[in-house]
Amino acid sequence: MAASVETVEKVKSLGERYKYGWSTDLEMDTAPKGLSEDIVRFISARKQEPEWLLEWRLKAYRHWLEMPEPRWAKVDFPPIDYQESYYYAAPKAKEGPKSLDEVDPKLLETYEKLGIPLKEQEMLAGVAVDAVFDSVSVATTFRKKLQEVGVIFCSISEAVKDHPELVKKYLGSVVPYADNKHACLNSAVFTDGSFVYIPKGVRCPMELSTYFRINAQNTGQFERTLIVADAGAYVSYLEGCTAPQRDENQLHAAVVELVALDDAEIKYSTVQNWYPGDEEGRGGIYNFVTKRGLCAGRNSKISWTQVETGSAITWKYPSCILKGDNSVGEFYSIAITNNFQQADTGTKMIHLGRNTRSRIISKGISAGRANQTYRGLVRMGPRAANARNHTQCDSLLIGDRCGAHTVPYIENRNRTAQVEHEATTSRISEDQLFYCRQRGIGQEAAVALVVNGFCREVLQQLPMEFAVEAQKLVGISLEGSVG
Amino acid sequence: MGDAPPLARLLDARLVEEGAAALPGAGLPWLAERRKAAAERFRALGLPHRRLEAWKYTDLPRALKDRDYLPAQRQAPASLDAVPALTGDEPLARLVFVDGLYRAELSRAATGSGSLPDGVRLLPLAQALEREPGLLEGRLDALTGDADGADPQLALLALNAALLDDGLVLLVEPGVAVPGRIELVQLGGLGERPVFHAPRHLVVLGEGASATLVERILGVGPTGGLANAVTELRLGKGAALTHLRLQEANEAAIELATTFGALEAGARYEAFALTLGAALSRHEIDLTLDGEDAEVALNGAYLLRGRQHGDTTTRIVHRVPDTRASETYKGALDDEARAVFQGLILVERGAQKTDGRMLNKTLLLSDKAEVDSKPELEIYADDVQCAHGATAGEIDADALFYLRSRGLDQRRARALLIEAFLAEAIESLSDEGLREPLLARVRAWLQKAGEQDRNETEGGR
Repeated sequence: MAASVETVEKVKSLGERYKYGWSTDLEMDTAPKGLSEDIVRFISARKQEPEWLLEWRLKAYRHWLEMPEPRWAKVDFPPIDYQESYYYAAPKAKEGPKSLDEVDPKLLETYEKLGIPLKEQEMLAGVAVDAVFDSVSVATTFRKKLQEVGVIFCSISEAVKDHPELVKKYLGSVVPYADNKHACLNSAVFTDGSFVYIPKGVRCPMELSTYFRINAQNTGQFERTLIVADAGAYVSYLEGCTAPQRDENQLHAAVVELVALDDAEIKYSTVQNWYPGDEEGRGGIYNFVTKRGLCAGRNSKISWTQVETGSAITWKYPSCILKGDNSVGEFYSIAITNNFQQADTGTKMIHLGRNTRSRIISKGISAGRANQTYRGLVRMGPRAANARNHTQCDSLLIGDRCGAHTVPYIENRNRTAQVEHEATTSRISEDQLFYCRQRGIGQEAAVALVVNGFCREVLQQLPMEFAVEAQKLVGISLEGSVG
Repeated sequence: MGDAPPLARLLDARLVEEGAAALPGAGLPWLAERRKAAAERFRALGLPHRRLEAWKYTDLPRALKDRDYLPAQRQAPASLDAVPALTGDEPLARLVFVDGLYRAELSRAATGSGSLPDGVRLLPLAQALEREPGLLEGRLDALTGDADGADPQLALLALNAALLDDGLVLLVEPGVAVPGRIELVQLGGLGERPVFHAPRHLVVLGEGASATLVERILGVGPTGGLANAVTELRLGKGAALTHLRLQEANEAAIELATTFGALEAGARYEAFALTLGAALSRHEIDLTLDGEDAEVALNGAYLLRGRQHGDTTTRIVHRVPDTRASETYKGALDDEARAVFQGLILVERGAQKTDGRMLNKTLLLSDKAEVDSKPELEIYADDVQCAHGATAGEIDADALFYLRSRGLDQRRARALLIEAFLAEAIESLSDEGLREPLLARVRAWLQKAGEQDRNETEGGR
């Protein structure tokens, strides 16, 4: 009897191994279509994850089944069929075009306008990685330099293996798996993303970016990023890039968690330019992202800067929890929607500690038949003595078929806390356009110029190399919206 | 669902058991039909609860928990000689309601007494339903939008439509200017047991007509009632209505009021609401600008203390080009009071050249006070100028220091600054005669706040 039980168990365990394909001789690149507990186990097994992480994923998955979809955003789309997606696929490097000749000429034209170097164009267009030696070597040099100062910058999967104590401590500490439906899905099935740890007192010697991370061939559909700045550390992180990215996944549910300890500072910049769908509103990415930073320590600072021009639907609220006394949160945003794009984006500033300060500057531009909403929360907790917030939200409308909405929530529970909010909505100034036109600037260039002026306060916050491209991007995003 | 057993019981008591016989207009089939349908809607919807976006900050089911209300009784005691005057000069007419029901002996100059000009009808709703039902048929609920639908936001409207018992009816014919103030006075809190009443007011101004309506809600006794009022305002072309609302209910009362208004071309609605009373109050205003050149000036102030909760929720819909709206609400909160301000400016597609401005400012005077503000813009037209602003915080320390350096003590300096802060909103009222009683109330409120301060140790920060 005992022997047969043993045999059954052995066969079972072998069966499980086989099923999830984690023995090396069984190369499985893609999980079957659809979502189930087995898929979650498959992903975890494929990544050779420890037991605790699998448990965490499963907890998230089970919770996800019960969770309702958030319905409060002003966006409209048919229900998502989660069983129609693939949740795990090995890097698609071989599927990409062999050279730039095979890439859509429209895409190349945009790269041209943005002034992106040829080698980078190849990488962005998804040309097979082995063709792009340059970036690989660049990434390797970067890595060496970072190691010298003790900065950890690797994929989240590597971090799980090499730095489990850090991942275990911080993963889900800012965005718990049950936070919202999209974050919950991400917690169950995330496959890729970055991990950054800046040790005590270290100022990261360079701007970190997903773009140059060694294994960032594919940013992945369910990206998970975790950045921890230990006491006194500083890091500036860039996500995405200005060029439109080739991508077949329709649903992107990413999670980004930032933790800043005493006196630490994290600057996180994003340029999001996923495929927005065509002029008729067909196709395009659903970008449902949960981004949140925790200013855990005293005098810590987290600054979000985003330029959102892509995606058919954007649902994104990079937030700061200002827990440490004297901590600072910032949110600078430009969102541009054209054609049939929809964006519901903004921020949350949760002031918990004393003397905490936050600043929100949001610039929204809506054109074509697009609809855009700024949705933001500023909450002053009862202990947030002398906290300060200033919010400025401006919306610009181009054309009479679009919409621009502002939905701020302001909650003040502390007498000594001061909250100020201003918002305006108007159309692009005829006077300014006329002034440009009579100086010989074409209609489209004039609009780009005026809009760039409108966005200046935010563009200034971007790191130099991004800012130049982002300015061009503003103009490109609005092409065809006037005249 | 946010079920309200006491209110459901009340519905049954009034509509099922008594067969609505005790409600005015019992013999009118069209009205009985409306009441029945509305009661069913309310039963299906339940009380508005915090999961509804528009009720995020006001927990009505909690406030009504364990409370029980009787229907308003016509034979309620009235140990009241006269209604205190608001200003030096007497109003042109005054309709007084005690616990929601009309009291002729306290009122003056209703229709027929000769002091109202021709073309003006002013009478209590119950009386109109009983004597001249034709006056109201087809006119009630003309504005209340989705009254027949299942919008959960409209649960309170359904409750009112089911149980409406009395109110003010003012009908002004085209071109007639009402030459003085009309006062609507609601006296409450007199009975021994808390009562529920559902006032319904109807104001219709014809083309080019004008009027001034002063609505006063006064707690004259300590009993905490529940009022669920609905006001319908219809302003014809070029009509002008000035509407002052003074809410001074006692501190046990629950005051719910919803105003629906529609403005035709060139009409002007100027409103000011001062909120001082009630344990919980919600003043909801829903206006649509249907004609070009229509204009709304919607202003108010709230002064709350103790554990009072005051909610102001406004919605202004610009439907056509060339309309204007400006809105300023200011408040001061002491003790553990909580204020809610939710304002929406909605500009529909094609409503070009809209000018919409909204401002909400709140002073927190105590460590436990709370304000929740949600000024919203929803805009579907490009050639518009819309803006909103909101601030929340304490009195400016520099201004306080300035006054103290001029020899004013802490208490007086504070009072002066708060008064100046609120006066800015009050001074927007174009009728100067109405400003003084409002300022007097602000001063009295501050006086009381000052007395409390004196008992505490005076600590300059």
